[in-house]
Amino acid sequence: MIFAPLLLVALLLVLPHSEPWFHAWIPTLSHPLYARTSFLALTLSHLWLVALATFVAVAIGLTLGVLATRPTGRSLLPTVRAIAVIGQTFPPVAVLAIAVPLLGFGAAPTLLALTLYGVLPVLGQTVAGLDNVSPAALHAADGMGYGRWRRLWDVELPLAAGPIMAGVRLSAIVGVGTATIGSAVGATTLGSPIVEGLVGNNTAYVVQGALLVGALALSIDGLLGSVERRIRRNRR
Amino acid sequence: MIEFDHVHKRFGEHVVIDDLSLRVEDGEFFVLVGPSGSGKSTLLRTVNRLVHIDAGNVRIDGVDVATQDVETLRRGIGYAIQSVGLFPHRTVGENVATVPHLLGWSKAEIDARVEELLILLKLDEPGIVDRYPDTLSGGQQQRVGVARALAARPRIVLMDEPFGALDPVTRESLQASLKAIQRDTATTILFVTHDMDEAFGLGHRVALMLDGKVAQVGTPLELIRQPVNERVREFVGGSRARLRELAVRLVRDSMRKGEIADGDAVDGGSSLQDALGAMLTQGRDRLPVHEDGHPAGTILLADLVASRE
Repeated sequence: MIFAPLLLVALLLVLPHSEPWFHAWIPTLSHPLYARTSFLALTLSHLWLVALATFVAVAIGLTLGVLATRPTGRSLLPTVRAIAVIGQTFPPVAVLAIAVPLLGFGAAPTLLALTLYGVLPVLGQTVAGLDNVSPAALHAADGMGYGRWRRLWDVELPLAAGPIMAGVRLSAIVGVGTATIGSAVGATTLGSPIVEGLVGNNTAYVVQGALLVGALALSIDGLLGSVERRIRRNRR
Repeated sequence: MIEFDHVHKRFGEHVVIDDLSLRVEDGEFFVLVGPSGSGKSTLLRTVNRLVHIDAGNVRIDGVDVATQDVETLRRGIGYAIQSVGLFPHRTVGENVATVPHLLGWSKAEIDARVEELLILLKLDEPGIVDRYPDTLSGGQQQRVGVARALAARPRIVLMDEPFGALDPVTRESLQASLKAIQRDTATTILFVTHDMDEAFGLGHRVALMLDGKVAQVGTPLELIRQPVNERVREFVGGSRARLRELAVRLVRDSMRKGEIADGDAVDGGSSLQDALGAMLTQGRDRLPVHEDGHPAGTILLADLVASRE
C-alpha cells in the first residue's frame, strides 16, 4: 500500500531531471522532457479535479442511495437503478463531447463528466450496502425505539460503510482515468503531456504522463482500499 | 399490566388475531404458546406497536399504546427476538447499552449497568465486554440479546422465541437464568414460544393460541388437568400431559415431611420429573428431600403416580 505513493513521490522528484535519459533513449527528439507545466502542478491539478468531482459525486450518490432505500422512496429504486446502469454505458469521451458545447473548453466539462461518472458507483454501492444490512438488526433497532433517521445514522450507514467506501474508491479511480482524457478538451491534467505527445509524435511525453497517472491511480486505490478494509473489519 | 381488548388484526384476507382479549398482570411471567401461524408473535408485537392493529386496543397500565409516542413507548419496553439482531459493528458492551444510550444515561450509569447485566447473564469471560458479536457462540449472543432487552430496567419485556434457535443444553441454561432474573426483579415478561415444555417450564400462566384466538388461558397445571376441549388436550400432550405435569410440579409440594429415607437427596425446589429421574438413576422408590441443604422429608414413587391433589 505504501509502495505506490512512494513511487509517485519518487517520479515527481526524478522526472524533472530525467532529460538526459529520455534524450539517450530517443535521440531524435529536440525536447524530450515535457516542460510546458511542471509535473507537480499537473499532478496537483489532476488530483484537485478528481477530488472535487468525487466529493460532489459522493454527496449526490449517497443522498440518492439513502432516499431510494427509505420506505417512501422505494418506488424510485427501479428508476434510480436503471439510470445508474444506463449512465455507465456511455463512454467518458462521449460525455465530454456532449459537455463541451454546453460548457466550453477547459476544466468545466471534465468536472461534469467526472461527477456524472462518479455518482454511479457510489449510488449503486450505497443501495446495495443498505439493502444488505441484517434484517434482524433493523428489526431489533425498531423494537428498541430507534427513530427512522437515528437508525439510518447509528445502524444502517455504519453497517453499509464498507460497500459505500468501495463505491467511493471505484468512483475516484474511474475519475483519475477520465480526468486524463479531460486534457483533450483543455483541462490541465496529467493527460496534457500524453495528448500533446500523441499529437506531436513525442513518445517521451506520453511515457512521462502515463507513468505519473499510473502511479497516482495506484496510490489512490491503495489509500482508499486501506480505509475500506479498516471500516469492514468489524462490520458484517 | 398489559390488556388486550377485543384486538383484531388481518393481513389481507387472512385474519391473524380474531377479537382477542387477554390480561397480563404486573410481575407475571406470561407465555403465549401455539403452533406457527396462530398469531402469537403478531399479538406480542402489538404491544410495542411493531404491528398496528385493525380494531380494539392494547393498554399498558390502562393507557392505550396507540396514544403514546412510539419511540418513547418502545424504549420503555424490553424486546428480545429469536434472530437476536445484535449490532455487528458494536461491541458486546455497546450492544447491551443500546437503550440506556438512547435514553441519554450518563456514561458512569451505563458502564455500571452493563457490568451488572453481564454478571447477571453469566457473561463473565474476561474482556467479553469489548468483543464483537461474531466472536461469540449462539448462546452467548442470545445472553447479550437478553441483557440488552433488560438494560434500561423496563417493567415489561417482550420475548419472541428468544431461545428457539439454541441447542437444548444452552436453552435450558438460559431458561434457568431468565426464570431467576424474572423472579428477582418481578419484571412482567410476555414470552412467545411454540415449545409446550418451555411454556410450562417458564410461565406462571400460559395462553394457548389457536387460529388467532386464545383457546385456553391458565396456569400450566390448569391446562394439563382441565383442558377445555379436545384440541387443547391434544396440544397439551394427550396422555403424555401427565409427564409434563411432573415437570411443572415441585417436590416440596408432594413430599412427606419429617420421614427419613436412604439415597442421594433431591432438592425441595426441583421438579417431580427431576425426582423421578433421580429415583431411576439410583434404583430406589423413595428418596430424601433437602431444603437449603438440610433434610426436610421424603418423596415416594407412589407420591408421583398419585400426585393429583
